[in-house]
Amino acid sequence: MKKPFAITLDPGSSLANHTGSWRTERPVYVDRLPPCNHACPAGEDIQGWLYHAEGGEYRKAWESLMKNNPFPAIMGRVCYHPCEGACNRGKLDESVGIHAVERFLGDEAIRRRWLPEVTAEPSGRHVLVVGSGPSGLSCAYHLRLMGHQVVIMEAESRAGGMMRYGIPQYRLPRDVLDAEISRIASMGVEIRLNAKVADIMDVIEGYDAAFLAVGAHIAKRAYIPAGDASRIIDAVSLLHGMEENSATLLGKRVVVYGGGNTAIDAARTAKRLGAEEPLIVYRRTRERMPAHESELQEAIEEGIRFKWLSTVKRMEEGSITVEKMILDDAGFPQPTGEFETIGADSLVLALGQESELDLLKSVPDIETANGSVKVDSSMMTNHPGIFAGGDMVPSEKTVTAGIGHGKKAARNIDAWLRNEKFSPPEKHEIASFDMLNTWYYSDAPKIRQKALDLARRQSTFEEVIHGLSEENALFEARRCLSCGNCFECDNCYGVCPDNAVIKLGPGSRFRFNYDFCKGCGLCAAECPCGAIQMVPESI
Amino acid sequence: MSLQPVKFYQTGTFTVGNRLLDESLRTVQANMQRTNSLNSGHRACQGCGEALGARYAIDAAMRATKNRVIATNATGCLEVFSTPYPETSWQIPWMHSVFGNAASVATGIAAALKVKKKSDVRVIAQGGDGGTTDIGFACLSGMFERNDDVLYLCYDNEAYMNTGVQRSSATPPGARTATTPAVGIHPGNAFGTGKNLPLIAMAHQIPYVATASVANLHDLEAKVEKAMGICGARYIHIYVPCPLGWGSSPSDTIKVARLAVETGLFPLFEAEHGEIVSRIPIRNKVPVEEYLKLQKRFAHLFGEDRSAIAMIQEIADRNIRKFGLEEA
Repeated sequence: MKKPFAITLDPGSSLANHTGSWRTERPVYVDRLPPCNHACPAGEDIQGWLYHAEGGEYRKAWESLMKNNPFPAIMGRVCYHPCEGACNRGKLDESVGIHAVERFLGDEAIRRRWLPEVTAEPSGRHVLVVGSGPSGLSCAYHLRLMGHQVVIMEAESRAGGMMRYGIPQYRLPRDVLDAEISRIASMGVEIRLNAKVADIMDVIEGYDAAFLAVGAHIAKRAYIPAGDASRIIDAVSLLHGMEENSATLLGKRVVVYGGGNTAIDAARTAKRLGAEEPLIVYRRTRERMPAHESELQEAIEEGIRFKWLSTVKRMEEGSITVEKMILDDAGFPQPTGEFETIGADSLVLALGQESELDLLKSVPDIETANGSVKVDSSMMTNHPGIFAGGDMVPSEKTVTAGIGHGKKAARNIDAWLRNEKFSPPEKHEIASFDMLNTWYYSDAPKIRQKALDLARRQSTFEEVIHGLSEENALFEARRCLSCGNCFECDNCYGVCPDNAVIKLGPGSRFRFNYDFCKGCGLCAAECPCGAIQMVPESI
Repeated sequence: MSLQPVKFYQTGTFTVGNRLLDESLRTVQANMQRTNSLNSGHRACQGCGEALGARYAIDAAMRATKNRVIATNATGCLEVFSTPYPETSWQIPWMHSVFGNAASVATGIAAALKVKKKSDVRVIAQGGDGGTTDIGFACLSGMFERNDDVLYLCYDNEAYMNTGVQRSSATPPGARTATTPAVGIHPGNAFGTGKNLPLIAMAHQIPYVATASVANLHDLEAKVEKAMGICGARYIHIYVPCPLGWGSSPSDTIKVARLAVETGLFPLFEAEHGEIVSRIPIRNKVPVEEYLKLQKRFAHLFGEDRSAIAMIQEIADRNIRKFGLEEA
């Protein structure tokens, strides 16, 4: 080619100049652990299912959720959502209403009759589950997904355990409970009702492994001197009776003794049965009350009264005597010798629960202590092949923890049946708030779920908290910051001054072109969700 | 399933793209088929704001004109790092003028295109702040005054970076450069000097003047697209941080640009025929310290005497009042 005057070289492209050699640090895409996922006792991939919900793909979101938890409609109602306490958005405006979106997905699945698919090959192994509470059902569900045959033996006439006999209907409507339990039954899990296991060794034959989850149904008692005509009952029986259509007669003036969620449930139930302003007596202060703040708030709204720093000394006909307490330096309540008499027609004790462990009488090698069973990190008792979980092992005794136990036990049972050991995948680094670039997120306040009219909350057992509409659920899902996980906002692709980010297309994320990446770190700094990490180059 | 009723998209339009938004509402830069007018392999420093600003603007112009763009380029960093003979990073017809005459060369190209009746081909002139506000100012003012059909893009990094960080008439007060060292009673660039070229361009009553920033890509692209739809002289002043000259971290380039907007030091506005027609309100107002402390060129202001910072804050506050940056 004839070149113009004074030109001796052909024009070339700068692509020949590999500026990647300048780099001292390289960006890498990472998936960090969102704090919500880290906080979930059931091990849900919350950010993962919210990602699908954000796009309006509710079926996909539900399927993703169901990988870890078979009860979204129940959990969306009764879980105390530690995820929301950990949510990074809480540091920006307010945490994402994860439970409300979960409930929406769960209700949507019930409404549209979505069913999980069992795709695993039948393993030919049989597992016995004792107890159909959250833990037992969750374990059975996961074992079934892995291809095992599962039989659940349940002592009561209906399945659900404490979800039915402990949680009042105004928090968990029974049609929702029934729908999610029957979905598990429809997968081929056999639930035998009225089948109380008196001795595990009598029934275990023919099964390759067993999971015990009998819960904690025995109310702890305290010695309270009482006259002949005084009415003392325990909260467990009160709540259980509500399911048997044999509501206990409590009278107008009801005192509940205890400070946990069960105490609140008992007081709110008493209110709905006609008690005027039930009174909860607790020996410590409001701050030290184990009941969850949301429950406490709802109870106060409904007119439940509280008497802090008090213990019940005795009960006579029509009254109780309480002693005032003070907290010592260690935070323990100490008696003061000051007494007070309070009018009361009945006293409901909500002082904690224990497990009935009679079924273990022929397995002396299983270790028990304080009314609960000892298990190792794989949820197995000292007896090979017998696993246990839920409220009968030491734990925080919530539905969510029970569901988590069930999943964990199922994975370990599955491995144990194959003579293997289940090793959970290594956890990623937590995506903390300081790893985010929150500039990019739109401002958006949380959507409040509407609540039932207060008058109806005091007289009926209708559900108190309403669900979100689709529009609101979509909005709430989109408040997710997607902490630590790429959501394809194209920022890295856009802000690279060297075009060294290759966009791979929807769903496929991005790749770095290290031939040209100079390692400036702009992509990592401008990534909203902290999904890019700068790592030193080895020189 | 229609997603339109919910007017909330997680990040809205703050990010480059957004999988929840309609394709047409995402930026040119989010597109897999963007032209990458300024290609990889250029020799700009790590985290160069000018390389970013130039690609943003020219890619947007390319889309707006269906890839019918000719550009001239004044001498400066952009020219030097993109086109060391015989290589170039430009993937458009591109012509290097001398330092001061990019506007005149562009005028000539526009005149030639007119003669050849190629009305679909548009002309862009580009230069740094030195080649625009100082050396090329006469040619630029002439281009404005004749209303030549050229879009002039000024990439403002507030000094002569290519030759070693000397002061230009766009260098802000207080800033240390090689020629305004941080010594003496009034260290750094003197207060009360310099010029505001967007306002001068407006005084020429040309059809379109705008300011833009690499920290607000959606706004920058919209302004370029709008400018490409107008005939006559147009001017866009783009704020492009320079990690080398400003002593900021290469990874902070966009953050620094964002803070310049959020403090009020660099107002984003549009003017038509000499009249301001729109401005971008400040989203989260921040004090100027936040902006200044990221840059070593202002490090000397953080001694015992903080009066210079107060004076810079006054400039920001005046901008906010003057341009109405706090009104929604």
